[in-house]
Amino acid sequence: MISMSHFLILGAILFCISVAGIFLNRKNVIILLMAVELMLLAVNMNFVAFSHFLGDIAGQVFVFFILTVAAAEAAIGLAILVVLFRNRRSINVDDINSLNG
Amino acid sequence: MEQTIFYIFSTILVLSAAAVITVRNPVFAALFLVLAFFTSAAIWILLEAEFLALTLVLVYVGAVMVLFLFVVMMLDINLTVLREGFTRYLPVGLLVAIIMVAQLAYIVGPERFGLDKYPAPTPRDADYSNTREIGLVLYTEYLLAFELAAVILVVAIIAAIALTLRKRVKTPLMKPEEQVVVKSKDRVRLLKMATEKQDD
Repeated sequence: MISMSHFLILGAILFCISVAGIFLNRKNVIILLMAVELMLLAVNMNFVAFSHFLGDIAGQVFVFFILTVAAAEAAIGLAILVVLFRNRRSINVDDINSLNG
Repeated sequence: MEQTIFYIFSTILVLSAAAVITVRNPVFAALFLVLAFFTSAAIWILLEAEFLALTLVLVYVGAVMVLFLFVVMMLDINLTVLREGFTRYLPVGLLVAIIMVAQLAYIVGPERFGLDKYPAPTPRDADYSNTREIGLVLYTEYLLAFELAAVILVVAIIAAIALTLRKRVKTPLMKPEEQVVVKSKDRVRLLKMATEKQDD
């Protein structure tokens, strides 16, 4: 049988992969956004696992709201990315230091 | 049987997540992210969360990832510059990730969250509707949060449009709002002048 710790460890592995992704792809904003999406997926995995094993539907409702907010975040993040690329012709994180005093 | 399915899907999920952060081309990264979302939808179906699994496929694979692919293909990215520092940060990133996995696995491991602590719930009947259960609490207990989520989505739509909207300066189009308020004296100037004598 699959226990709850199986799902929690799977979520932990996903989360750590996305943390490593943020470390490795420090220059590419698109991959950074994808790593954030992966992190949210890992958190959602934990919520769904707890909801299943504790028999409480509230965890799934919370995942629903996380999905909503993540979709909004992705839309605004990509819009910012497009504006950034239009202005600076690059999506390198190192180029976004115009506010640097 | 269930365990085999879980292990197959979680292997695909972990491998595709690793591919997302390591492949060179952002288009492939987006496609691997699609695979990761799809696989975790299958795992959520194992957890009897059918509504969320289908929502994940419809909303993420259908909308968000298409948006990602759209932006990735629209932007003309210089990949060589963006890959700088990948090998330099690889040891540190791997070290941090492995230590974090070890710590988290120790915390959520089988001795705290095993089957003896949290026994597997009895499987639901075939006529149990997960969507109905979520709807019953979503529109009563969480009504305010639901409406706030709708407001967040509207704000996101408006923000995305407002950010990317470009005003074209020299447009040949007419402006109807200026045309309907115009008065005749704005356009026609009547001059009073003495009649000139005609020379014979």
